[in-house]
Amino acid sequence: MLNKTLNLNEEVFLQDSELKSGRDGFGEAILKLGEEHEDVVVLTADLEESLRLTPFKKKFPDRFIETGIAEQNMASMGAGMALSGLVPFMTSHAVFSPYRNWDQIRLSICFSNANVKIVGSHAGFSNSPDGGAAESLEDIALTRVLPNLTVISPIDYEQTKRAVEEMYKIHGPVYLRICKEPTPQITTEITPFETGRAYTLIEGTDLTIFTTGTIAYEALEAAKVLKAGHKINIEVVAVPTIKPLDKENIIGSAKKTGRCVSLEEHQINGGFGSAISELLAEEFPVFNLRIGVSDTFGESGTYRELKDKYGISSHHVVEAILNMFKEK
Amino acid sequence: MPRASVNNDVEKISLIANNLREEVVKMLLEAGSGHPAGALGMADIFAALYFKILNVDPKNPTDPDRDRFVLSNGHICPIFYATLAEKGFFPKKELKQLRKLNSNLQGHPKFGVLPGIENSGGSLGQGLSQAAGMALAAKIQHRPFRVYCVTGDGEMQEGQIWEAAMFAPNKKLDNLTWIIDRNNIQISGRTEDVMPLENLRNKLESFNWYVIEIDGHNIEEIIGACNMARSVSQRPTAIIAHTIPGKGVEFMEYKFEWHGKVPSKEQALKALKSLASLEGKIKSDYD
Repeated sequence: MLNKTLNLNEEVFLQDSELKSGRDGFGEAILKLGEEHEDVVVLTADLEESLRLTPFKKKFPDRFIETGIAEQNMASMGAGMALSGLVPFMTSHAVFSPYRNWDQIRLSICFSNANVKIVGSHAGFSNSPDGGAAESLEDIALTRVLPNLTVISPIDYEQTKRAVEEMYKIHGPVYLRICKEPTPQITTEITPFETGRAYTLIEGTDLTIFTTGTIAYEALEAAKVLKAGHKINIEVVAVPTIKPLDKENIIGSAKKTGRCVSLEEHQINGGFGSAISELLAEEFPVFNLRIGVSDTFGESGTYRELKDKYGISSHHVVEAILNMFKEK
Repeated sequence: MPRASVNNDVEKISLIANNLREEVVKMLLEAGSGHPAGALGMADIFAALYFKILNVDPKNPTDPDRDRFVLSNGHICPIFYATLAEKGFFPKKELKQLRKLNSNLQGHPKFGVLPGIENSGGSLGQGLSQAAGMALAAKIQHRPFRVYCVTGDGEMQEGQIWEAAMFAPNKKLDNLTWIIDRNNIQISGRTEDVMPLENLRNKLESFNWYVIEIDGHNIEEIIGACNMARSVSQRPTAIIAHTIPGKGVEFMEYKFEWHGKVPSKEQALKALKSLASLEGKIKSDYD
């Protein structure tokens, strides 16, 4: 079922398949990047352990900067460091950075095209017990509107590691959206990853699900159910780079299947689904349904409970698609 | 008050400052909008910085060891642009392009469009953090450069200023000099009426800054304070520069109304005449 050419994890659907979190991937990857490149520095606003930065701090104490709980200062300082030739990775929870410091990200970083890497962890519902106040469901909207900024939302742990390597190669600001919750491993060490590329995880003919971030697994699960139970062949296209979009592959898939659904762990307004809709509306108008959080804040609960309550689990995707096919 | 022995530098720098003020008035007249009060008030400091203090070379504007100058209150950029042109970073004829379409002289400075501009500024309160980042980068990279940051006083009402004010002493950024334009005005009135900043010296000292207060129009004091900052170890220096907004143009001096209003043609001519004649002391081209 999975696209063979991508060397994906064939065990992803197994019940006992290992779950891993994006933040662990980030912590490992940033340590490796620090070993490879002397100009990499890491800033954090009192979230060292949360972002898995302790190994980096121990190995490179002079290149680890604790800014205290001051995300605005962190962002503008990151710009100053980047303009002086360093490559700062500034880290926090997504709900603080790029929220609290959006103005600083806009003016100090993006307006100067400063080479700052913004890492927002605990995105989506992955900070679930902390409640709606701590759930980052607007960060894609906040970042994808900014000129010069690349926006990457990896679909799992392994891809997060690849994304960290790739974002270093971009000279300019990048936002990396990662999650706390351990999720199924879709990709492997040898799965290709390039910034700006969308990847067809499952090939299909009847409908395309475009998805981003770790919620991508729910899209795979939905495709599996729809094929096995309803003989509907779903194409699943992962779009880890939200800005710039891989127009060619997205439009290509829409042309092939003629019907599209977007799935994201974010508000449907202004987020990933909006980006897909904007592209399709202009380039290839086609039936398109956005699945995500519908203009409401979250609350406390387990990750699974929140995905269920707010309508972004695989069964919601299955229901939505079955309704579409019923109406036909 | 720290004083420096600078011989005839003081005279030279004062004359440069006066020329810069003339340029500022001409630029604002040409642009039709902009912020005269702060720009005129900072002319002496800009002249002293660029013609005595900063280690910068217009022929090598990206030298990794150059001193960095960060302008936080970007709206006073006419004086910054005039100074960069005077120093030779770009031709003076470009000054006429201020605030015009397709110009490198944006209404607030943008990094990367002109040599000599080290940051983007506009939304207030960000420059001190940018400067702290550069100063920290110098420490990490073991580079000898110093970082100078100019902020307004009104922008110290932004919370971010105090985040940076906490950070810089904590990281012992003794290569950072913060020059505060204490002109007591902001767009809506006097700072102490809008949102008081006093006691500023005590506030900064309690944040562990080394604080020097100067007359921001006394060239010897400006140079002396910057030299003293160089010798301060283990903590950054804040220079509270008491300035007169609109300095050099009598009808603008001390008046917050001139924060963001440009003079009419007649007013500009009057201002230029006053500046060129050193307030009537000598005959000017405008007589």
